Amino acid sequence: MNDVAIIGVGLHPFGRFEKSAMELGADAIQLALKDAGVGWKDIQFGVGGSLEIANPDAVTRLVGLTGIPFTDVFNACATAASAIQLCADTIRLGKYDIGIAVGLDKHPRGAFTAHPSMLGLPAWYAENGQYVTTQFFGIKANRYLHEHGISQRTLAKVAAKNYRNGVINPNAFRRKALSEEEILGSPMLNYPLTHYMFCSPDEGAAAAIMCRADIAHRFTSQPIYLRATEIRTRRFGAYEVHSTFAPVDEDVAPTVYAARAAFEAAGIGPGDVDVIQLQDTDAGAEIIHMAECGFCADGEQEKLIAEGATEISGSLPVNTDGGLIANGEPIGASGLRQVHELVRQLRGQAGDRQVAGNPRVGFAQVYGAPGTAAATVLTV
Amino acid sequence: MQKALAPEISTWPDEQPQLIGSRCGDCSATTFPTQALCPRCSGDKMSDELLPRRGTLIAWTTQGFVPKLPYAGGETAETFKPFGVGLVQLDDVIRVEGRLTESDPEKLKFGMDVELTMVPFYTDADGDEVITFAFAPA
Repeated sequence: MNDVAIIGVGLHPFGRFEKSAMELGADAIQLALKDAGVGWKDIQFGVGGSLEIANPDAVTRLVGLTGIPFTDVFNACATAASAIQLCADTIRLGKYDIGIAVGLDKHPRGAFTAHPSMLGLPAWYAENGQYVTTQFFGIKANRYLHEHGISQRTLAKVAAKNYRNGVINPNAFRRKALSEEEILGSPMLNYPLTHYMFCSPDEGAAAAIMCRADIAHRFTSQPIYLRATEIRTRRFGAYEVHSTFAPVDEDVAPTVYAARAAFEAAGIGPGDVDVIQLQDTDAGAEIIHMAECGFCADGEQEKLIAEGATEISGSLPVNTDGGLIANGEPIGASGLRQVHELVRQLRGQAGDRQVAGNPRVGFAQVYGAPGTAAATVLTV
Repeated sequence: MQKALAPEISTWPDEQPQLIGSRCGDCSATTFPTQALCPRCSGDKMSDELLPRRGTLIAWTTQGFVPKLPYAGGETAETFKPFGVGLVQLDDVIRVEGRLTESDPEKLKFGMDVELTMVPFYTDADGDEVITFAFAPA
């Protein structure tokens, strides 16, 4: 099997724009091509991810109708991770040498919604007012805080940190710092999570160009190696988003299994990671995912966050670009935004957000409905 | 008259209504609502099981805004009153997610005893009162 290198990344800013989702995607592709120093005609295959766009492969109309195989994927919040995995595995298996993963989305305002039958749920679940993704995050965060001695203020610290990182990220959606008091004082959406502790759906696109690792130096002096992307779904025993019930005997969340599998495939442990991207759908999720991915023990976050460990300057920098809280979540692009930031960090190109000490290992995690998680490990 | 939001998931209008789940004849996994195949062992020996009415509150939150359609409550942002939502362990059988009759974070406690109840939810186009299941402090 071939090793896989990322030789180019591109990102259209996240936010709200006059352009179509397809135009956002075409811009991200152009930026990735320029970054890699290749032309569209050099791309042998593509994978596109989106929720709102049924056929992201139509982006070829805007960038070049070269006839390449192009596969569209949708896997909820793990859509971009699926695009990354499919692109990388196609190269690993030797079918093609160079390909692109692109994610693009343009969501209406407000929380995601779809008919419950689209997720195999009974209509009453939605009619009863339980088909609300943020509600699950409230239940999970509330229980985690209670069981592991974490304060509601720590939720505010996480959100404040991500808004602060957004201020120094020119591509971010939310670029205004908010104080812990403003965050705690905003309307309570799902206890203990307030309005400013949540990310919101928005618009954006991101792309990554990958190739066989042994030819990467033709294109760049700084290839970033994609060591592993692993996707896992919930097991019987896990209580996940959109659950009508859960068993009494608990199992851990799919993020735990995805992270373990990715670290094992990469031959790297959580202790080796220098810069981290986690799914912060809400501030509680970032806290919980720190432990689920193996970066700390349950409950240790209270002290780590108080000490500033997850700041850009800390020992465990998390969501250096502001994460979902500052960037919003265009579902198809979100996981590729994480990889974009990690590549910039590992190349030493993250500007004001640069983690010191020449970071060598990056980690990204996504999680979403209906209990699907993915973990990605990158190294220099 | 009254009618249930989802008549198939409970024994209402029994005086002591119970939720209807299913239990696997092979591995004894229990689900709510019913389903044909077992989510633990994938077997097809599922049969209907009436779930216990009483339990304890494992985890909870509040719903602070009007859920999007197809939410049936019909409130506006002005008339909406936050409601509680929780994961309730019914004896040692199963945990069920449902509405809570209590929505005050000061009054909701982890591990508190709760009991199934049927509560008025909204009035439909025919003027009938639609009721739904919820858990009340016991």
